[in-house]
Amino acid sequence: MYTQALNTAETDDRGLEDAGKAAQFQARIDAEERIEPNDWMPAAYRKTLTRQISQHAHSEIVGMLPEGNWITRAPTLRRKAALLAKVQDECGHGLYLYAAAETLGSSREELVDAMLAGKAKYSSIFNYPTLTWADIGTIGWLVDGAAIMNQIPLCRCSYGPYARAMIRVCKEESFHQRQGYEIMLTLCRGSDEQKAMAQDALNRWWWPVLMMFGPPDATSQHSDTSTKWKIKRFSNDELRQKFVDATVPQAQYLGLTIPDSGMTQDTDGHWRYSEIDWTEFKQVLAGNGPCNRDRMAARRKAHDEGAWVREAAASYAAKRAQRQTAQAAE
Amino acid sequence: MLVANIQVSETPLVLYALRRADDALILGHRLSEWCGHAPMLEEDMALSNIALDLIGQARELYTYAAKAEGRDNDEDKLAYLRDVRQYRNLLLVEQPNGDFAQTLVRQFFYSAFADLYWRAMLNSRDATLAAIAAKSEKESAYHLRHASEWIIRLGDGTDESHARAQGAIDHLWAYTGEMFAVDDGERALIHAGIAIDPGALRGRWLTTLSDVIGEATLKLPQNDWMQQGGRSGRHSEHLGHLLSELQSMQRTFPGLTW
Repeated sequence: MYTQALNTAETDDRGLEDAGKAAQFQARIDAEERIEPNDWMPAAYRKTLTRQISQHAHSEIVGMLPEGNWITRAPTLRRKAALLAKVQDECGHGLYLYAAAETLGSSREELVDAMLAGKAKYSSIFNYPTLTWADIGTIGWLVDGAAIMNQIPLCRCSYGPYARAMIRVCKEESFHQRQGYEIMLTLCRGSDEQKAMAQDALNRWWWPVLMMFGPPDATSQHSDTSTKWKIKRFSNDELRQKFVDATVPQAQYLGLTIPDSGMTQDTDGHWRYSEIDWTEFKQVLAGNGPCNRDRMAARRKAHDEGAWVREAAASYAAKRAQRQTAQAAE
Repeated sequence: MLVANIQVSETPLVLYALRRADDALILGHRLSEWCGHAPMLEEDMALSNIALDLIGQARELYTYAAKAEGRDNDEDKLAYLRDVRQYRNLLLVEQPNGDFAQTLVRQFFYSAFADLYWRAMLNSRDATLAAIAAKSEKESAYHLRHASEWIIRLGDGTDESHARAQGAIDHLWAYTGEMFAVDDGERALIHAGIAIDPGALRGRWLTTLSDVIGEATLKLPQNDWMQQGGRSGRHSEHLGHLLSELQSMQRTFPGLTW
């Protein structure tokens, strides 16, 4: 579903293996060439991308949980099928992204283990609970909307496999976003109770969604390495502003109120939002969001309880290979 | 009160479509419970896929049942506003997921039947049922292949997976007889060429089972006692819990558009 601007960038260029190769590499990036798995790349580039792509993959997988929470309770059969298909898409994105990360030399198992051990991060947004059906609409509309804002530029990321993955993922996300908005539209055209449900969901998700774009540029400790390597093409605040500008009219059309009484529109048309509570963001990243413990527990449980299944599959595959070898020898 | 259950005029044709729709919905719902919690991502995908196929089949069958009934019921009223005594699905499909072996054995028993059933229904004289069969037949063939491969892997995998798979077979076996039972209403539909005689499929169903279970080094139980009741609304205790979750929105907020 979504990758977040966390602390992904390596801080400097020290230790670049070979100045000549590094210069050549940068020249290729500057010429907008794609870097492919077998190409030479600085160790820090590999590490940064492995971290970013695997965080993105973890986010897709953990992101299945809050929406999965409503699959068994979706209000109509059409909504049930659409939600199940959507969550299945997220899983597909996760698989696709793990495969992209594997091209950089880490196995899916290693990456997943790091997440389950709490060493690798996933997007903070999935640590919030889905309490009502309106949350499913809001996630599609805002969370997927924010994801698209972040991921469209990644379609031009310098690393080929990631860029190509993003092209496919963005197409599906934009479908999800429209689906989410349509859920909201239905609620807002419904009963007072439904409209209140929609407003309540927007109230709860608005600020966490703005946090999805990462810390403000002014306080960001990132170097510009990711920018130089053309992994990142816009700053956190630029993307956040684009998102807010796109979203405010959508909320107005729904007849919903953005829960920011200080919001104003500039003469140049931009919607200026109030100060974001970064303490909350830091707390959620540190593991203290409302659902961090539940999300990790659910992923660990699935992993642990599935161990015997994966062992059985591996054992059967080994037996079959052995039999085939024996047969060939006869 | 709007929350009351709907009434359905269960003519033989309505009841026939409803029973198959309930099978597909309840099994699809069960499989969807795995989404996000499966032993590997590939199975999150596969089980969700199968669930989607089944929910799709259910929607077509409910829509047809509503049309055949000719009142103002529709797919959602049929799914969300009947209580446990009005549900007509097989006991097999409402059984809880249990572990992965139990889910896959349940699926294997059902899909081995559904594969034969939908292929036979291609020849139904009812054009709608034949059209639903044309789609479901392809899906069921894939579901059966997926389940069969897992039964073999689990049976011939490790000691633990073998024991779990055998335990699931022994546990679920008594719920398989109901698939082949026919009542008077269905018998009339069979004579009219609208339905097919499921009893005629039992031999081939057993052959599929024996082949796969044999290759998996597992055994079919000797006990041939078969539990029945789902088709007439006498369910296990599990279904009520499933429905209370499935129907919670429509029961809490009656009569709204979602």
